[in-house]
Amino acid sequence: MQRLLRVFALCLVAVMVMGAADVQTRYNDLGHKVMCTCGCGQVLLECNHLGCPSLSRESDELKTALSRGDSDNTVLVAFQNEYGPTVLAAPMLTRFSIVAWIMPPLLLALGIFATVVLVRRWRQRAAAMPVPVRSPQFMAMREKIRKETEL
Amino acid sequence: MPTFGSFALLLSLALCAYTLLAGIVALRQLATGAQGQISPERLAETARRSGIASFVATTAAAFALVWAAFNNDFSVAYILHHSNRALPGAYKFAALWSGQEGSLLLWAWLLSCYGFVLRLRHKVDVKLTAYASTILAGIQVFFLLLLNFAAPPFSLVGGAVPQDGFGLNPLLQYPEMVIHPPMLYLGYVGFAVPFAFALGALMMRYPGEKWIHITRRWTMITWLFLTCGIFLGAHWAYSVLGWGGYWGWDPVENASLMPWLTGTAFLHSVMMQEKRGMMKTWNVWLIFSTFMLAIFGTLLTRSGLVSSVHAFAQSSIGSWFWGFLIVVLSVCLFTFIMNRDHLKAENKLESLVSRESSFLFNNLVLLAACFTVLWGTLFPVLSEYVQGNKVTVSGPFYNRVAVPIGIFLLFLTGIGPLLAWRSASFKSIRKNFILPCIAWFVTAVVLISCGVHPWDIFTTNEQGSFYAFWAISIGAMVVTAISAEFLRGAGVIARHTGQNIFAAIVQLTRRNTRRYGGYIVHFGVVVIFIGISGQAFNRQVTQELDFKQSVSIGPYRVECASYSQDSNPNYDTEYALLDVYRGDKKVTQLAPEQRFYTASQQPQTMVANHSTLAWDLYVIYAGKNPDTGRPIIKIFLNPLVAWIWIGVGIIVFGTGVALFPNMTAAFAASRSRAAAPSTAIVQGGD
Repeated sequence: MQRLLRVFALCLVAVMVMGAADVQTRYNDLGHKVMCTCGCGQVLLECNHLGCPSLSRESDELKTALSRGDSDNTVLVAFQNEYGPTVLAAPMLTRFSIVAWIMPPLLLALGIFATVVLVRRWRQRAAAMPVPVRSPQFMAMREKIRKETEL
Repeated sequence: MPTFGSFALLLSLALCAYTLLAGIVALRQLATGAQGQISPERLAETARRSGIASFVATTAAAFALVWAAFNNDFSVAYILHHSNRALPGAYKFAALWSGQEGSLLLWAWLLSCYGFVLRLRHKVDVKLTAYASTILAGIQVFFLLLLNFAAPPFSLVGGAVPQDGFGLNPLLQYPEMVIHPPMLYLGYVGFAVPFAFALGALMMRYPGEKWIHITRRWTMITWLFLTCGIFLGAHWAYSVLGWGGYWGWDPVENASLMPWLTGTAFLHSVMMQEKRGMMKTWNVWLIFSTFMLAIFGTLLTRSGLVSSVHAFAQSSIGSWFWGFLIVVLSVCLFTFIMNRDHLKAENKLESLVSRESSFLFNNLVLLAACFTVLWGTLFPVLSEYVQGNKVTVSGPFYNRVAVPIGIFLLFLTGIGPLLAWRSASFKSIRKNFILPCIAWFVTAVVLISCGVHPWDIFTTNEQGSFYAFWAISIGAMVVTAISAEFLRGAGVIARHTGQNIFAAIVQLTRRNTRRYGGYIVHFGVVVIFIGISGQAFNRQVTQELDFKQSVSIGPYRVECASYSQDSNPNYDTEYALLDVYRGDKKVTQLAPEQRFYTASQQPQTMVANHSTLAWDLYVIYAGKNPDTGRPIIKIFLNPLVAWIWIGVGIIVFGTGVALFPNMTAAFAASRSRAAAPSTAIVQGGD
């Protein structure tokens, strides 16, 4: 078992360090994490306005930051400082904004947990009740249905 | 005509108000046994007839507005702002829903249409229909009050009447816009009917589940309209907005998705109420929420609560919708509290591994998806309230939060039908799951060998491959599960009747249209998911293309044949003629355009698209480079997009099958050559 775990951990590390993203991939990725500020309401690299001044200015800034070797977080923070928080296409994982990310999965997990607990409780209650006596004909019919439908 | 329209609206309001008041009095008398001068039955009948008459009056008002559009009556402010003389006839008709007042009139008219059908079919259950009719009249009164006092569509222009109108927004001058809004509204408005029945059934403590049977077709048709409306909107965005995508998680798009998600949950969970008498409270609140979300969606687009690229400008009617929403919620809450003992479940869930549980989890996931969309839409408002500054919640948020929920839902779509009602044994699970699991494994191996590496998400932060991997492999699993269901049932019929397997599948489907129609819908959903997952492999290139120059993308080479200009009374256009080659063979010629509409003085892109099952070659003429004077062509290669529209077609077909009545036992017997008892067994439940 320990050996299996070690192999798994090794695979995981290998996958995690498998090549770093190149500049073009990062440009494409970050270009989809910031909004165009021309008022079109679109993600930067999806702004389709011909000669959009915001698009060219922001994409130039992005390219400059990437060529400087800035990290993704530094680039996003710089954009936020320059254009305000609405320039980011999604809230960052900071302070109150983290709530945006946490709430949906948290509620889903809670819902699933509550359902599991509820069903278990119902099942225990049902188990305490006497089992209804079924006629042999009923049981034979049910068995026949099971066979016919293969369920 | 404007006077006639205004009068028709006022008359309709009076008639609806009478339907509401007389309905309340009659139902109150029936409930308490009190007697007035007129018997409650007769009073309820006058209310019903008044409701029918209100349909005629609202139709007359809608007709008056369309008439004014076709006759270029620019004395009507609405027509002045949304039409012009050169506008083609179809778009003049579409002007009815191109602005706020017109779309509210469309809403009121569709509601009156639904009410008309409901009141005509009152013999299904006279008393329950009387309750539903009265509730619908209450909703109609709200919209007619809006139309008469807050947003009148027949307001006249002050001073001299202009010779021509300001024209229709160019974005709306596209064939889909003639059918997309009515479809969407048919969906929104349609949920008022099951809502009215559910509320009415709860008010009168209706015995049994007959109200679900009565509203089943209403709900399914409404759901189908909403589905078609949403995807027509997506197709419109894809064809008109020119950014290469079909869904932008815009608040207005989200507003249509929320009632669809809860409506889908309702369609699934009512089956548990019908079969096992379970989840009554849940179902009632699901349909209440669906209707309230439809109203909330309208509120979002009209109140300026959230900014959206295609929301109406902020207007005063937002407060009307808030008020209406509060009234609806209060009535629902009050009715529920007073009658909650009536909603006691007859059975409880017995196992976590059962068909009932899969329905419950499916409901949970659908609601989680709905909450995610609602949360993402409203979070900017919440952030401004708490932090003092707005944030943007756009595609990246939904891609990370909503898409995994969607894939989980797809997974449940596959495993649900494999589980038995009440409790599934380990043996049956093993037997039913083995084929779908093999399908998943084989597809996963094929995808990885084709270069779809889900682990790229760890190295390059690229989510596309990860989602595509899971969506396609789970899709394969679901398709196998669905096929196995069909083959299993058809095999039994084939064994007993001697028919070939295809005839047996048809017969099987006709025996239980709801179950097998549902499976076809699930198949359509899988096809849509596969289509969406193609987005991960989109490619694009932007290039200035001069005469006879070419650019390559994927297997295609696009060569410029010529550029030209044209003009008509509605717009001036510049377009490119581009020859598309695959290898040395010319496959098509595309003509992307850039139009400039005369009346509205606005430009508009007309996309040219060569669609195949494998990919769309999506071409935009982005205008001329002001520095070089050379035309700029933007080309996208979007894989699998056609699958989305095919998937919608399959959903429409599947819903149609599910709406079709089951083949009667007698008819089945006449077609069957074998003994009836053994074949009848496969007619089992959903």
